[in-house]
Amino acid sequence: MLGYLLRRILAAIPVMGVVALFVFLLLRLTPGDPAAILAGDNATPEQLERIRTSLGLNEPLYTQFFTWIGKLLQGDLGVSLISNVPVLKMISQRVEPSISIALSTIILAIVVAVPLGVIAAWKHGTWIDRFVMGLSVIGFSVPVFVIGYVLIQIFAIDLRWVPVQGFRSITAGFGPFFERIILPTCTLSFIYVALIARMTRAAMLDVLGEDYVRTARAKGISETGVLLRHALRNAAVPVITVIGTGFALLISGVVVTESVFNLPGIGRLTVDAVLARDYPVIQAMILLTSLIYVTVNLLIDVAYTLLDPRIRY
Amino acid sequence: MTALQEMKSIILDIDNLVVGLGKNPSGQRIIDGVSLQVHEGETLCVVGESGSGKSVTSLTVMGLLQKGALVPSGGSVKLVGEELLTATDKRLRQLRATRMAMIFQEPMTALNPVVPVGRQIDEVLRAHTDLDARARRQKILAMMEHVRLPDVERIFASYPHRLSGGQRQRIMIAMALVLEPKLLIADEPTTALDVTTQKQILTLIRDLQRDHGTAVLFITHDMGVVAEIADRVAVMRHGRLVETGPLDSILRTPTMEYTRNLLSSVPSLVPRAPRVETDEPVVLEANELGKVYRERSFLGKAREVAAAKDVTLTLRKGRTLGIVGESGSGKSTVARCIVRLIDPTSGGVRLAGREISELSRRLLQPHRKKIQIIFQDPYRSLNPRVTVGETIAEGPINYGMPRAEALAKARDLLELVDLPADAVSRYPHQFSGGQRQRIAIARALALDPDVLVADEAVSALDVSVQAQVLELLDEIQKRLGIALLFITHDLRVAAQICDDVAVMQHGRIVEQGPAAQVLTHPQQAYTRALLDAAPGRGWDFANFRPVEVAAE
Repeated sequence: MLGYLLRRILAAIPVMGVVALFVFLLLRLTPGDPAAILAGDNATPEQLERIRTSLGLNEPLYTQFFTWIGKLLQGDLGVSLISNVPVLKMISQRVEPSISIALSTIILAIVVAVPLGVIAAWKHGTWIDRFVMGLSVIGFSVPVFVIGYVLIQIFAIDLRWVPVQGFRSITAGFGPFFERIILPTCTLSFIYVALIARMTRAAMLDVLGEDYVRTARAKGISETGVLLRHALRNAAVPVITVIGTGFALLISGVVVTESVFNLPGIGRLTVDAVLARDYPVIQAMILLTSLIYVTVNLLIDVAYTLLDPRIRY
Repeated sequence: MTALQEMKSIILDIDNLVVGLGKNPSGQRIIDGVSLQVHEGETLCVVGESGSGKSVTSLTVMGLLQKGALVPSGGSVKLVGEELLTATDKRLRQLRATRMAMIFQEPMTALNPVVPVGRQIDEVLRAHTDLDARARRQKILAMMEHVRLPDVERIFASYPHRLSGGQRQRIMIAMALVLEPKLLIADEPTTALDVTTQKQILTLIRDLQRDHGTAVLFITHDMGVVAEIADRVAVMRHGRLVETGPLDSILRTPTMEYTRNLLSSVPSLVPRAPRVETDEPVVLEANELGKVYRERSFLGKAREVAAAKDVTLTLRKGRTLGIVGESGSGKSTVARCIVRLIDPTSGGVRLAGREISELSRRLLQPHRKKIQIIFQDPYRSLNPRVTVGETIAEGPINYGMPRAEALAKARDLLELVDLPADAVSRYPHQFSGGQRQRIAIARALALDPDVLVADEAVSALDVSVQAQVLELLDEIQKRLGIALLFITHDLRVAAQICDDVAVMQHGRIVEQGPAAQVLTHPQQAYTRALLDAAPGRGWDFANFRPVEVAAE
């Protein structure tokens, strides 16, 4: 197991290397002078020359790459062109809201969706099944911002149970932190509950038709035992896959929700950077997103080997 | 035995059982008025072809019918006097594994792949007893030894995929019998196993039954197995009971026409009369053919598995060569190498005088039509979305025949395999298993091959259908002079169709020669073991007598 983990981590290094190369070339190979792009439209020739020297743009391409990688490995992601703040600092400020929301959403979604999917499969073809599937269609089709604003209207404005918007770090106390992430979590959960419930139901339906489920019933064990011990564990592999990729998406791609709830997260940072053509930040965000996906995929694969003894790499 | 004693010893009493399709009482009856009794210490074999309702009967007893799809609508099922059809789900759960237990056909899929087998047996004890963990473990290990599993401590903690088919079936039997139920239902428990393993499992079931006085309801389609294990036999067809009686009288003096036909269809182990040797040209030769699989893992060591080694075969025009062996013996690998569905790693294949083992895919193309293959499972080997006519015509069209002409040829071929010509416009699902295999044969013949490879082509078929398909192949061979390479695990089938036989084990040919010689005077221990394990070898079913009588 340890050897497998080590091999997988080693295999991730070339992947990240290729990503880093593309990110590097993104700026260098964009048509036009990188210095001009960085400096903006109104720069003087002297300013351009200063940027070129400071970024080492007059050096050969491979020297530039290795200098860049060297800095990268020391945590130096460059400085934002807009705010002049080091990129690493900008990201680290934005990571907490994103991770908190992603974690709480995925936990809520699993807690709600997996039982729903299991019950729907167990009661296949009954009104319970149709109800769960109907719910899941709604979860898929209603836009996130609609759900967000409806929740704000009900729970923040009418009932005044929670604040409308914003984010507090957990270091400032759990209460303020929790009451601010609860609405965005619920909002985002809708679509993930729909997705995971559907996947769980489909996987369970497959497994419930298997011979070993019949064997389990023939042993005279309870229906709960059949469902949980025999069926669910066998159905877990596709469900885990969906949960994993869903989690990766949640960290980097929830701009709308962040905007609705005015959360200072990674998604908005990325969009702002793209709009402002803040290249160092864009580069850092691409690297970060790739790193998240590589890590999540690694975790999914490890989960496979834990869930299914037949899967060995 | 007095009437009272007999009453006492009835373990399972099925009386006039009716099972319908769906809840509608006037709907189609899958089981129609079946009555069976199994006594203590007795084995009742329920025998029938697919669709006869034998499995549905057993699942009804266990209460394991798919809810809402199949519904018992009449009659009664009593287990030691207790009515099961009206029992609550809870009561049925209590009875399962304690009073009645079941083992299934596929030991490969009947065990949960993600739970160690010891724990799967443990579940039975946890559900039905108050034993503590230590006592349960001891009981399980004792039971595992009882079913003659080796190295029980290791197997206890093993996952199913680490065990062989025979070991898994032993686990299933241990699981079923650990609480000493009164009734054991065995639904084709040896059908998926090799003959030598089958023999061991049948002996095991017999011995356990003798020790514990269990009543066994044994479901099978195989008359050979019936002859080995049954005390009494019940023959079923289309959901009805055809006849029932003691083993000897069913095999010797069956009263019903259907039973007679069923017995007559069982191919004899005694090889058919040898055909005259010919000096027709050799159409297929395999020379020291080998196939090695290399498993490579990232940063890991490579592992080599030789699936076939030094296989040398010769096949003449108009003759039939059988390759027999158990699963994993490499017989299918050899067939696939010869047809070049997979590439051999060493040795050569000469087809009609031309070496084809080294040809590239493109250069091989013109030679493909000379050798065609029929696969085992006619339910999966035909594309369900393509009409039968298109399936048959596709090959000739690929080789440049005009479409209209190819479709006309498809009609002729369908008639050759005894199917109506209008079958061309229908789809595979509209045909039975036997008919589909005929379609597969027609498809293979469409290219006028010199060699036809049949890879377990009759193994998935019922005996009566099997007999018809074998007859068809024989007739086609006579008419077209085609050479047949026949891969099978079934020595009875081999005895009836092959001129020559090659016996394979662990990827090698252990014995090769004329069928009459290899199957009646085997020289190698392995061949002898295979023949010994063939179920019902003591019976000449088609003539309703034991083999000794026939020999006299």
